Parts: sequence; structure tokens; C-alpha cells
Amino acid sequence: MVIKARHKRLLLIAIGLVLLGLAATLIVNALKSNMVFFYSPSQVTLGEVPKNSSFRIGGLVVPASLQRGDDGLSVRFTITDTAQNVAVIYHGVLPDLFKEGKGVVAQGRLLANGVFSASEVLAKHDENYMPPEAAAALKQAQQPNVTNSLLPK
Amino acid sequence: MIPEIGHFALILALLVALLLSSVPIIGAASGNTVWMGLAKPAARVQFMLIALAFICLAYAFAAKDYSVAYVAANSNSKLPLQFRLAAVWGGHEGSLLLWAMILSVWTLAVSVFSKHLPDDMRARILGVMGLISVGFLLFMLLASNPFERLIPAANDGRDLNPLLQDWGMIFHPPMLYMGYVGFSVAFAFAISALLGGQLDAAWARWSRPWTLLAWIFLTLGIMAGSNWAYYELGWGGWWFWDAVENASFMPWLVGTALIHSLAVTEKRGSFKAWTVLLAICAFSLSLLGTFLVRSGVLTSVHAFATDPKRGLFILVFLVVVIGGSLALFAWRAPSVGRGGKFALISRESFLLANNVLLAVAAISVLFGTLYPLFLDALGLGKISVGPPYFDTVFVPLMTPALFLMGVGPVARWKQASLPELAIRMRWAFAVSVSTALLLPLLLGHWTPMIGLGLFLALWIFASSAQQVYQRLRPQPQTSQPLSARMLATTRSWWGMVLAHAGIAVFTLGITIVKGFESEIAVRMLPGDVAHLAGYDFRFDGVEQYQGSNYSASRGLLHVSKNGIERAVLAPEKRNYSVQNMPMTEAGISPHIIHELYASLGEPLSAGAWSVRIYYKPMVEWIWAGAIMMALGGLLALSDRRYRMKRRDQKPALQQETAA
Repeated sequence: MVIKARHKRLLLIAIGLVLLGLAATLIVNALKSNMVFFYSPSQVTLGEVPKNSSFRIGGLVVPASLQRGDDGLSVRFTITDTAQNVAVIYHGVLPDLFKEGKGVVAQGRLLANGVFSASEVLAKHDENYMPPEAAAALKQAQQPNVTNSLLPK
Repeated sequence: MIPEIGHFALILALLVALLLSSVPIIGAASGNTVWMGLAKPAARVQFMLIALAFICLAYAFAAKDYSVAYVAANSNSKLPLQFRLAAVWGGHEGSLLLWAMILSVWTLAVSVFSKHLPDDMRARILGVMGLISVGFLLFMLLASNPFERLIPAANDGRDLNPLLQDWGMIFHPPMLYMGYVGFSVAFAFAISALLGGQLDAAWARWSRPWTLLAWIFLTLGIMAGSNWAYYELGWGGWWFWDAVENASFMPWLVGTALIHSLAVTEKRGSFKAWTVLLAICAFSLSLLGTFLVRSGVLTSVHAFATDPKRGLFILVFLVVVIGGSLALFAWRAPSVGRGGKFALISRESFLLANNVLLAVAAISVLFGTLYPLFLDALGLGKISVGPPYFDTVFVPLMTPALFLMGVGPVARWKQASLPELAIRMRWAFAVSVSTALLLPLLLGHWTPMIGLGLFLALWIFASSAQQVYQRLRPQPQTSQPLSARMLATTRSWWGMVLAHAGIAVFTLGITIVKGFESEIAVRMLPGDVAHLAGYDFRFDGVEQYQGSNYSASRGLLHVSKNGIERAVLAPEKRNYSVQNMPMTEAGISPHIIHELYASLGEPLSAGAWSVRIYYKPMVEWIWAGAIMMALGGLLALSDRRYRMKRRDQKPALQQETAA
């Protein structure tokens, strides 16, 4: 009886460990394939960004850079970190708080011609609020050598 | 003068909380009944003082006292009274006061409804809650005083964030906090069991209703927040896997595991240490949620002004509470004893599997939420983890959990037989599989996710129906009428069935809305017609109107199908004058199946607007399911054994503690 009970417990522990391992693999893999990195316009210009995957950029919308297509939904604007500019195209309705001269974060891919094609444009919930990613991009642009070296290449 | 009274009341409350957190616990350790007896009056006085402070702050908002910095920052003379009062918790300081206030309400409730508890246990529970209260009151007085004066006083306030000027603001935060803070009771029960070394079925029966009540509030609070985001943000989404939403979802997942594991601890005496660990985790995650949301670490509408001193205080508090309680757990857990044995196939095993799955789900959410913060803090880059991660993780974790919901309640305690279970559940299984395969074909769209979602929802429905039938069917040996068989079934059992059916309704809503929703964004001139999901949306232009503290453009969309008018949508674009902030109010035609939703984008040239239109089939089922879960919880809470048996068992229990 004793041996049997011990075997059963060992079996249970083994099953538990296998399941936990599976869960951990699931979580880590899901995280690996679904995390989105953030880059500043300077890094985009320097070509430090992934070519084939989606990422985020952030900065200020350059004043008077917003152009609309005939359908009213295709827009083009420029994001700056005060050092470099990146042109962004987007199709859709811009968020309420999107404004020229204010902070913005966009998620999408870089096209071959160096234009960023956004699938999502985020401007946050408060008029004077600066998305931290955008704020970080501006800060980096002022001291590029120090901080860029810390970012993933 | 009034704000100073509030401030003074907070200081006195801190003194009372210090008393409450020390004297009764020492009394319980040394067996001094007078010291233990101090807990009850202290809980009452603490409640009165914090309530007084709360009323003082509410008064300052109602009376438009802009010499109080917090009022000036979060209110405005044009703000309607109901939102001025809700603005009490519209910022960092006030929401902490709400937290402390709700904690004092729970403490008071425990002190009132604990006549049946042994003296030393009551003293420890109230003492632990007092200790938490000390942390929050100290934090408020040192770093976030809501009564701080503004000199010179402002002429008018800077207004409440327009996003928060909604009825959701009146219900969502208090409900959510009632849930968060309510887990402090389960936490205090767990700590008291570790301190006293007493953890038996009676302990589980006492802490069950408190945990359940907190869970009900948390469920409703999350549901209200989800619904609010749906109609307020104008994006048609009801859950964004936003870090702040995750912060409320983690305690819910662990809390759900806890109410199930408490059931095992009460009925079978098993899972004791695990139950205690879950209670500690549920409250720790509530605290972590408060920290994440309120410290400004996360960026969202929920995050307020960033002040490193505040963040540090909460972090230290967090480390002390979580670290301290886990250390206590590691030290004392062996003393709570092992429970009854059970076989590999038994209701205990199924509930254990449910617990593990819920806990892993909570860990995966925690990981996805904290990992970006860690990378950022270590300077390893900024990343974001969005919905794809959570969707990838949740489907494989929730599928077995939902499947087990159909099996667990019919399995026997201690030892069940798989073949017998399979025979009992074969009809439920056959019906749900065949419907899940055929129904989407009829609807004209089949994907594996739709099939899986439908199967799980139907499986829970069918197996619940099977359980009800088995309870109520005529028994050959007795000739009880149906009414007698209904009465013989406890309310907590019916509550379980209702809550599980709520999960099914919720799953069905998610499956259908995810599988069949559609949306378009178009530029529309007055008179233009857009087409979506078989409906024609005619845009009839916008009209201007003036609200109490905003000016608005209200668009009009007449919706028809095959020439018959079905609905009128009136989405709005508002501009709140004080903060000069634009706001979207979606136009929704609520429907049990065919829900339609529109929101105005921006005014374009020549009277045209950009308009987003959504078809959201069965989206209301998501919130209806959550309400059913909460109602199921309430039904279980009203079970008579929580009220009656206590008194009967009192003498026996006292002997137990004395022994």
C-alpha cells in the first residue's frame, strides 16, 4: 500500500510538472511572438528597426503636416522626435485627441520607401498628456549616444 | 474649516487603526479577553472617523470649495452635482480615501456580523484589517492628502476629465473597490488562521460568504467598467487587455479559484494550505492592481499624476504586505494540516484542475502586464504586449477549464468513475458537439474558434440542464412532489448552476461577437447611405446643441433593412469647454441579437463627417453573463446554512478552539 501511494504521488507530481512546463512554454512563446517593440523616429531613420514585423513609433505630430485623401479617411502626417522625422500613412478615423503638435504613438510596419504604414494610431486620454513612449523618444533625441546604445538592436 | 475637520478625522482614524492593528492581536496571542474585545469598538470608531472625512471631502466638492487643491484639480463650477460627487474619487487622493473608506466599511461589517466567531479569531481578523488600514491612512496623510489647501484659492476648478463625466463613474469605481478591498476579509481570515493555527471546516464556512460577496462586487465592477468602455470610447471594444483592466482581472481569476477551493475546504477539508495561499494572492493582486493603477507606472485614464514618492511608498507597502504574508505562510502553512484524501478521478481533482488553470491564467496575465514594465525599468527597451498575446494564451487555458465546468459538479467527491461520468454526460456532449458543428453552417460562417466557443457554451448549458434534471427528476423510491424536491435543493447549488450558466452566456456572447461582428469607417455627406451586415445606414447630418458644460454635434443615422426602418442612432461628438477636450459618445441601438453601434469621427470638408459603424451581434450577452454570475453568487450567499447553522454550531466550535 505504502509503495503504491508513493508511486501515485510521484505520478501526480510528474503530471503536474509536465503541465506546468507546457503552460510556461505556452506563455513564453506567446509573449515572444506577440510583443511589439517601440522605436523613435531617429532609430527608424538609422535603419535600426525590424524590416518584416510590426513595431511602434512615437513622437510629436509635426504642425501642418496632416494631409487627407479624397475619401477623408486616408491620412498622412509626420512624426518627429525633434531630431528626425518619419512620414506616416494611415487609413481610418483618427482618435479624438490626435492633434498636430501633440504626442502620438502609432503601430504598424515600415514600407520599403521609408514611410511608416500605421494600422493603429494611439493618442491618450488627456489633452496635455504625453504618451511616455513619445516623451522618451524626444528625450533620446537630445542625447542620442547614451540612450540608443541601451536599446535593443 | 470643513476640510480641516476631515483632515483631523483622518489623523484620528490613523491612531484608532494603530490601536486596532496591535492591541487585539496581542490580546489574542496572550489570551487577554479585554484586549481582544477592543477590536469591535475600534472598528466602529474607525469607520465613523473615515466616513466623516469622506463626507467632508464630498461636501467640499458639493460646495465648490476651490481652496482645496484636490477639489480645484478635479471639479468645476459647471460640473453637474452627481459628477461633482463622483469626482470625489476622480483623482489619486480621493480614490485612496474611497479605498480606506470601503476598507473601514468591510471592517465594520466583519465586526457586526461576527458574533458566532471565536473571540481570538475575530480579534485577529479585525487586527489584520486594521493593519492594512494603517498603511493606507499613513500613505494618505504623508503623501496624498486630499484636504491640502490651495493658497491662493482658485477661482474655478480645472474640471473632471471629460471621459469620467458619465454615469459609469458613479458605479464602476465603488463597485470595483468593494471587490478589491473585500478580498482583504478573506486575506485577514487566512492570516488569522495562520497566526492561530486553526483551519477547519468552520473556518472555511465563515470565510466563504465574505469571499463570495467580494467576488460578486468585483464581477459587477469589472462588468460595469467593460460596458462603460464599450459605449464611451467609441471604438466598439468591450475589453482591450489594457494593463489597468488586467489589474482588475487578475484578482478576479484568483478570487474565482478561491471560492471554489473554499468549497472543497469546507466540504472535504482538503486544499487547506492552497486556500490560504489563494486568499493571500487574491488580496495581494488587489493591492498590486491599486499600485499599478494609481502610481502612474501605467499610462491610461486611470493613472493619475506621477509622483515618485507615492510610487515608492506603495511599493514598500506592497513588499511588506505580500512578502510578510507569504513568509508567514511558508512558516505556518504546515501547521494548518492536511485534508481528506481523494482519488485521481474525483470532484476534488476536477476542482484542483480548475484552480490550477485559473491560477496559471492569472500568472499569464501578470506576466504579460509586468514584463513590459520590467524591461523598461531595466532600460532594455520599450515594448508593448497587446491582445494577440492574451488571446493566444487564454484559449488553451480556458478551454479545459470550461470543459471541466460541465463535469465537475456531477462527479462524486473522493472517488468518481470515468465511465459512469461519460455515460451520464453523453447526451449533453452529443447535443453540444452537433450543434456547435451545424449551427455556424446555418449562419453561413464556420471557423474553428466559432465552433470551439459554441461547443463550450452549449456544453455548459447542456450539462447544467442535465444536473438540474437529475436533481428534480422523480425518484422511484420516494413519492415527493416536484416542489418538495425543489425545496430540498439548496440555494447555493442553484447559485452555482446560475453562475455557470452565466459563464455559458458570456462565452456565447464573446464567440458570436468575435465571429460575426463587422465594421466600416466611411466619409458621409448628409443623405449618404452606408451598408453593413445587410443594414442601410442613412446619414442625416449633424445638429448642434449645448450641454451643461459642453457643446455637442449630434449626428443622426436612420437604419433600415429591406426598406423597413429598424433603428435610429444618434452618436455625438462633444467638446468639453473647460479642458477643451473632444469626446465621442457612441450611438447604440441595444438589441439582444442585432446590436448596431455608430460613432462620429471628425468633421471633414463640406459638411461631411467620418463615421464608424459597427455590427455587434449578441455583444450584450457578455455583460448579461457577468450579471448572471453575480446573481448566482447572491443566490448562493442567501443560502440558509450561512445564517442558521452558525448559531447551532457555536458551542461545539468554542470547544474546538479551546482544545
